Amino acid sequence: MLQNYLFVLILSTVALIIPVAAIVLGHFLGPRRPDPIKTATYESGVETIGDTWVQFRAQYYLIGLIFLIFDVEVIFLFPIALAFERLSLLSTLAVVTFVLILLLGLLVEWRKGALEWE
Amino acid sequence: MSWPILFFILVGALSIATAVGVVSSRQPIHSALFLLVNFITLAIMYVSLEAQFLAAVQVIIYAGGIVILILFVIMLMGSEDVPVDRIDSSWASIAALGLGMLMAATLLYSFMADFLFQAEPNTLAGGAPYAIGMTLFTRYILAIEMVAILLLVALIGALLLARGPRTGPKTGAELHAEEEEADAAGTTIPYVDDETTVMAAAE
Repeated sequence: MLQNYLFVLILSTVALIIPVAAIVLGHFLGPRRPDPIKTATYESGVETIGDTWVQFRAQYYLIGLIFLIFDVEVIFLFPIALAFERLSLLSTLAVVTFVLILLLGLLVEWRKGALEWE
Repeated sequence: MSWPILFFILVGALSIATAVGVVSSRQPIHSALFLLVNFITLAIMYVSLEAQFLAAVQVIIYAGGIVILILFVIMLMGSEDVPVDRIDSSWASIAALGLGMLMAATLLYSFMADFLFQAEPNTLAGGAPYAIGMTLFTRYILAIEMVAILLLVALIGALLLARGPRTGPKTGAELHAEEEEADAAGTTIPYVDDETTVMAAAE
């Protein structure tokens, strides 16, 4: 059973080895002559302005929550896509109702302006 | 020792180690990253239990969604340190003990049930997404529609919670209403250009 997923293991191992190799090689091969300018914290090539620990807007969280809910919806839709050809009419109607109920939620969000960036 | 058991022990050890990392890290960000690895090891467990769909859900919803929300919360809190002595933790140890006992009882019960009743393996045709789709929309239609309602309630609840008292910049209409109020009272609104001056004034 698990043998079927050997390729995932191999891929994960390769994905892990490449960055680790880059860090380890850099550690051993790179010369270390630190001075204040080299060790300074920088952001996108320039020195940081102010505190890097800024408070983010609460709206990110709302967008995150909405994303999570539709994430769950899509997870439920995925098995239907696979079983689609074998489903009866009743089941298809159930799927349509499922999507319609959640579409209602999307419409409410839209009307209330939760999708707008203030 | 056979390979699957060795694999199980390795993944289980990693899972426990990351779980300990979650609660013992000083930095909230490190806790969140440990939690991410913990969720991924759980997904590997699900795959080894032939529940591939659950594994995909674990990665997509928990590792991809919940951890992102937790990271958002950490970013929203900002850098202010919460003084440890101000947190009332007198009930925490009792709650932890109670939950731990509940967990132990559940584990014990499931082990006992396995030995006593020779439980049938209840894998759903390999836990494959196809089988789940067939079952969800034939046998469990009512349940799936209730899930839709639940998601709708969650969506509206999130909307209400997140947009409760407004703290962001005021809209033009609100500013206008304030001006009219001030005019009626015969006062003027002190001009503030951004939040920093407001904070400076407050100090």
